[in-house]
Amino acid sequence: MTVAQPVFPHKHLLGIQELKPADITTILDLADIYVEQNRQTNKRKSILKGMTQINLFFENSTRTRMSFELAGKRLGADVINMSVSTSSIKKGETLLDTALTINAMHPDLLVMRHGNSGAVKLLSEKVSGAVLNAGDGSHEHPTQALLDALTIRRRKGRLHGLIVAICGDILHSRVARSNILLLHAMGARVRVVAPSTLLPVDVDRLGVEVFHDMKAGLKDCDIVMMLRLQLERMQGAFLPSVREYFTLYGLDLDKLSAAKPDALIMHPGPMNRGVEIDTAVADDIHRSLIQEQVEMGVAVRMACLDLLTRHARENGPAVTGGAS
Amino acid sequence: MTTAHRKILLTNARLLDPATQLDQQGQLLIEDGKISALGPDIFNGSPPDDIDIIDCQGLCLSPGFIDMRVFIGSSGAGLRNITEAAAYGGVTTIITVPRATELTDDIAVIEHTARQAEGLPINVCPMSPLTKAMAGQEMTEIGLLSQYGVTAFTDGKKPVANAQVMSRILQYAEYFDPLIIQHIEEPELAANGCVNAGEQASRLGLVGIPTIAEVIMLERDLRLLQECRTRYHAAQLTTYDALDAMRQAKKRRNGLSAGVAVPHFALNETAVGDYRTFAKLSPPLRNEMDRQAIVSALADGTIDVIVSGHDPQDPESKRLPFEQAADGVIGLETLLPLSLELYHNKSIALLDLLAKFTCNPARLLKLDTGTLAVGSPADLCIFDPDKPTTLNPDDFPSKTKNTPFEDRPVQGIVQRTLVAGKTVYEREAV
Repeated sequence: MTVAQPVFPHKHLLGIQELKPADITTILDLADIYVEQNRQTNKRKSILKGMTQINLFFENSTRTRMSFELAGKRLGADVINMSVSTSSIKKGETLLDTALTINAMHPDLLVMRHGNSGAVKLLSEKVSGAVLNAGDGSHEHPTQALLDALTIRRRKGRLHGLIVAICGDILHSRVARSNILLLHAMGARVRVVAPSTLLPVDVDRLGVEVFHDMKAGLKDCDIVMMLRLQLERMQGAFLPSVREYFTLYGLDLDKLSAAKPDALIMHPGPMNRGVEIDTAVADDIHRSLIQEQVEMGVAVRMACLDLLTRHARENGPAVTGGAS
Repeated sequence: MTTAHRKILLTNARLLDPATQLDQQGQLLIEDGKISALGPDIFNGSPPDDIDIIDCQGLCLSPGFIDMRVFIGSSGAGLRNITEAAAYGGVTTIITVPRATELTDDIAVIEHTARQAEGLPINVCPMSPLTKAMAGQEMTEIGLLSQYGVTAFTDGKKPVANAQVMSRILQYAEYFDPLIIQHIEEPELAANGCVNAGEQASRLGLVGIPTIAEVIMLERDLRLLQECRTRYHAAQLTTYDALDAMRQAKKRRNGLSAGVAVPHFALNETAVGDYRTFAKLSPPLRNEMDRQAIVSALADGTIDVIVSGHDPQDPESKRLPFEQAADGVIGLETLLPLSLELYHNKSIALLDLLAKFTCNPARLLKLDTGTLAVGSPADLCIFDPDKPTTLNPDDFPSKTKNTPFEDRPVQGIVQRTLVAGKTVYEREAV
């Protein structure tokens, strides 16, 4: 290893909530190294050789699942994807029964996404391998926040003191929650910009400034982070219309002009042009980091897989304690 | 007829401005359709020659009235007739209730009404539906409509029944600061009802609407309003319990207001008598205790606004069995004389009464009229508060005559109505 052994005192990666600033720095520092490795022709390492990684996705995903798959494979693990359409859940099996079945196959790494908040933590209590949360309901999506942080840190050189505006559907967004926690922990000033119906109750208690006027919220911002309008999670009408939403909260050049001249634009994807972001802004290669975020995603996930397996790689697998 | 481009001096007037509690003899000068000065003697007894002078003969000169609840038909001709009725009644601005419509592009509906109002003698301000097609399910484009200039949203005679929908509307609307106007009636409790629940309904064999239908809906909304600062207006409060709930709520929170329609304090449920459909209203006329509670609430400020609820109905809609008949009365022509009953019987001071249909609705709707302030539009009403007369619907401009007030002796009559300095109505000398 070229890297000094960092201390990463966590068995699972369930959320940013559990991480300390030092843990976050550890992940980002290691991810920086993997960014360089991923730009080589030979992207492969074998540190996870012989280990099994199962990607367990109860919600549809393309980019996150691919990113985790690629991360595992580039580190030499055997990666298996299991998606809900082929799983036994469709046949009536409970989440915990599925977990026990999978645990019996001795996976070293379980990457899981689920539509219910807290489902990943529930699973983690029943399996012996390391569990990575790839998104649970409207709760957390820690690797997204980490890759966003890496993207920002590489462009701006720091996180501390930056003004970051997270705009749009905060209420339904696990990305927003993880990003708020991470950026706040790292000393950034976080703002949320949204109509009141798309903000969680008492969101200001999470340490953010709340804005309903987009231009006021973007004023002097270093980073504008747009979120997708999660219409599929909306029960009933939170908004009058997409037309009104785009007029008031869609990121266009006019609203962006309130931010700092060198402000950068991020979006976790998939983005909806003409809903939360204008095409001219999304395609601005000087300001849009949307492609870069995808690249950072693989590196950050490699860093997480690396760190979470170190203990097992050095000391052998943990005693199976999942069957309760 | 005087024209707007000249200077007009109104002399020998009793100037009444509820916004400033002004009540004094004097003059008022109009320039370019706006009020440019007022005082005891603006030109020191010698006004210039190029000025039109209107002698008010000692009558009251107040801001023109604002009627916050006027129903319009679908045709432009109907709207013209309504504006004529308004001018007759001293009303210079009508706030129109949206029609139930299948159209979803609400800005277009507002623009359509505004175009129909072009060239009409008085100001017409359309309110927007609060929910799409007034179906109570999805909010309208409150943000875009507010940017367009709409300041009030209501589903008219339909309440937003779904608490979740109302909660989201109140949350969402806060930032745009519109006035959210609710019809205060719990629809399940009021289902099939057509008169006030009670002894009379039982004797007539009609399904009653209980007073709790009103207080439950109001108290639900007041709870929802604890979560936000959105301005909320109870379109009409007619019951003792609901008025008391509003009175208490106003002590705890700003941005709450309430209205009442003239018939609810000028009549009680006995007006329905022998199935008189002209006295069918929504909400229904209540009992005498509730009526007295309304008068008290007007006096102590719990009710901010008096509306006519002007709602023309064809004879075909009223000549039906009571249950099937349409509700609604015409009221623009009778707004002033019936309201003045409260002044004459010493229930409320004159300026406080006038405030209910001048500066109070102007404040709620962010209108620049409803006051005698220098610079505001010369929308004015000259009236005699004491002159005795008998209400005769044949004298009214309204084509439909659905009023329960025929032959009622009243005191008070409108002498002249001006909009932007232009006389739009003048009572013929008898």
